[in-house]
Amino acid sequence: MPKFEYAPAPESRAIVSLKESYGLFIDGQFTPSADGRAFKTISPATEEVLAEVAEAGPADVDRAVTAARTAYERTWSVLPPRERGKYLFRIARIIQERARELAVLESLDNGKPIRESRDVDLPLVAAHFFYHAGWADKLEYAGYGPAPKPLGVAGQVIPWNFPLLMLAWKIAPALACGNTAVLKPAETTPLTALTFAEICQQADLPPGVVNILTGAGETGRALVTHPGVDKVAFTGSTEVGKEIARDCARDPRKKVTLELGGKAANVVFEDAPLDQAVEGIVNGIFFNQGHVCCAGSRLLVQESVYEQVLASLRRRLATLRLGDPLDKNTDVGAINSAAQLAKIRELSEAGEAEGAQRWSPPCELPVKGFWFPPTVFTGVSQAHRIAREEIFGPVLSVLTFRTPAEAVEKANNTPYGLSAGVWTDKGSRILWMASRLRAGVVWANTFNKFDPSSPFGGYQESGYGREGGRHGLEAYLDV
Amino acid sequence: MSAPADSRTIAGSSLREFLHGLPGVDQVGAEARAAMLASRSVKTTAKQWALDAAISMIDLTTLEGQDTPGKVRAMCAKARRPDPADRTVPKVAAVCVYPDLARLAAAEVKGTGIHVASVATAFPSGRTSLEVKLADARYAIAAGADEVDMVIDRGAFLAGDYQLVYDEIAAVREVVEGSAAPSGSAGRPHLKVILETGELVTLDNVRRASWLAMLAGADFIKTSTGKVTPAATLPVTLVMLEAVRDFRDAHGRQVGVKPAGGIRTAKDAIRYLVLVNETAGEDWLDPRWFRFGASSLLNDLLMQRTKLATGRYSGPDYFTLD
Repeated sequence: MPKFEYAPAPESRAIVSLKESYGLFIDGQFTPSADGRAFKTISPATEEVLAEVAEAGPADVDRAVTAARTAYERTWSVLPPRERGKYLFRIARIIQERARELAVLESLDNGKPIRESRDVDLPLVAAHFFYHAGWADKLEYAGYGPAPKPLGVAGQVIPWNFPLLMLAWKIAPALACGNTAVLKPAETTPLTALTFAEICQQADLPPGVVNILTGAGETGRALVTHPGVDKVAFTGSTEVGKEIARDCARDPRKKVTLELGGKAANVVFEDAPLDQAVEGIVNGIFFNQGHVCCAGSRLLVQESVYEQVLASLRRRLATLRLGDPLDKNTDVGAINSAAQLAKIRELSEAGEAEGAQRWSPPCELPVKGFWFPPTVFTGVSQAHRIAREEIFGPVLSVLTFRTPAEAVEKANNTPYGLSAGVWTDKGSRILWMASRLRAGVVWANTFNKFDPSSPFGGYQESGYGREGGRHGLEAYLDV
Repeated sequence: MSAPADSRTIAGSSLREFLHGLPGVDQVGAEARAAMLASRSVKTTAKQWALDAAISMIDLTTLEGQDTPGKVRAMCAKARRPDPADRTVPKVAAVCVYPDLARLAAAEVKGTGIHVASVATAFPSGRTSLEVKLADARYAIAAGADEVDMVIDRGAFLAGDYQLVYDEIAAVREVVEGSAAPSGSAGRPHLKVILETGELVTLDNVRRASWLAMLAGADFIKTSTGKVTPAATLPVTLVMLEAVRDFRDAHGRQVGVKPAGGIRTAKDAIRYLVLVNETAGEDWLDPRWFRFGASSLLNDLLMQRTKLATGRYSGPDYFTLD
């Protein structure tokens, strides 16, 4: 029995008022799907059914795109930019006011710890709206010419790992630049997007400017291939991203940005601030249960500090608290879905079968729901599947290197290229590494830090286009 | 008793090389980690345990030029029974006074198990000769102190004269070792080394000073005198806790940690306990290994304790002044 056992400290669910069923948000109204189809969304921590959600079919997609087109032509693109900015500021403020409710809802539907949804997701969501609200009437200073024009209707498909944050990354720049949006949240995490639809109503956003269509892959395909969509933005798996790229290639008018998978290297040099590096490794791969496209899933440690780093890491992992996502002291929550859990298990078993050593801290998993313990693989080689394929779970593969050149070579030896981390006290080495690492984001002595003013995006199979910052505006402007 | 293995003299240059070879501390990362741990939510039974643990770890302190025997007597009474109305409240770990009041304090807490800590070595600045510093320490011990809180020479440390700092700590350690056990307590007096982290400024310096003090024989490393701002902070204490943890791994000897100064509320104290729990580990969650140097903290802990027990918040008038 530990001396200092933290008593349960659950965040109250009372702040969230869940409806039994949710419709699609089209043209400013909630409506059932045309064919009446619906699906259930569950809490991955308990498998409790949270609500029933309408499933949008082709007819609904058509209706939503038409509403977005009308709103684009009649309202949003002709509104003075400053007025667009006002709406976005208003939305940002309402998000802040309702932050606790949204955080609880996100943790319920997604399984992520409330500490993360409260301290990371929601502040970033509001920040993205504030940041882009500021751009709305200053686009002529963005470096894309004197009067950059919007594209039209944006069809946006987002993943389940940061449901509301990904929505913000998509909707805020689209609206700031004068586009209207039809967005499909992931089928396992639709609830915060639907609450965002309520916020749009609360902010008196003109009907049709934002439309939310819930559904699975078929709904997403119908949306991105719809001829009325001018711009496609997708965040998700590389496999689906490639499919979308193929589909959209048939229509050369369509502008596409894809933010896909990753297998980021987190490179720890012998002169690194080791205690903070260990924190960075933990934050890199166990933040959000590793459901992070830019997760530091490959740890590259310089051989001379390998034993020390591994010992510290194991000790640190023993302090991770896994369990109820709504408990304010939980560090690691639930895996988002049964399907994802199966994938993580399959790849972890492959890691063992290929000869890597698997280790997890002593850690009791809840009986109900989808859970996977924080896991570290040592003795991993570049050829192992766990060093090459994106696991998208709390599984770290540890590799070693001897020289900076070898670190770069190994870090870049991946078809992905979304992010990388460098840990060293030498400023010159950080710059040397950053100029050689093939990754959209390189973090120095930190990991998984996000800011709306900083562009985010990948190389190679991690996709193309940037989101956030001045660079991110390009994706939503006709330039 | 001979000097422990880790306090043998290390040549100046290799001492410097060793200290400068310690891994750096990234300030942003350390602050982020401390802030994350500060967000832990400690409620109900956990809070009950934490409040009592914090009370039992207090070095109840008065270190003012205006201190009087009456003030020290009152403080010792409070140390023995922090809440006269509630006998379930644990006693504090120690009382901490200037050397000239140590005899009085020792008499007041005799037989209670409460330690008498006395600041020495020209506290708080440490700016005098080694002879005077050692005499100060001997005087405190002779007066009945069984814990000596010494200050390091921050000027020498910042100038890179680590050997001088080491030698002074080792010299005080010798004084402590050469002293007979005070009556009623077991073992020699303990040596707490005050780093005055507010003057060392960087976390790299905090880590180096921590190791230097431990190598020279400190039983405890303490953040601050309370006379310099900032005094104890969570990031500084985090780095010191990492240091004692790593030192025990390397040398097999456990060293205690004492944040002092600026810790005024129960909420603050609980944050420190969380920091201890998740950094050095629960071996340190004991008055033998972790202390708070504080004065007003005790009353807030008592108020929170009463609030937790009765559901009512009674306000400062219902708790005695020190």
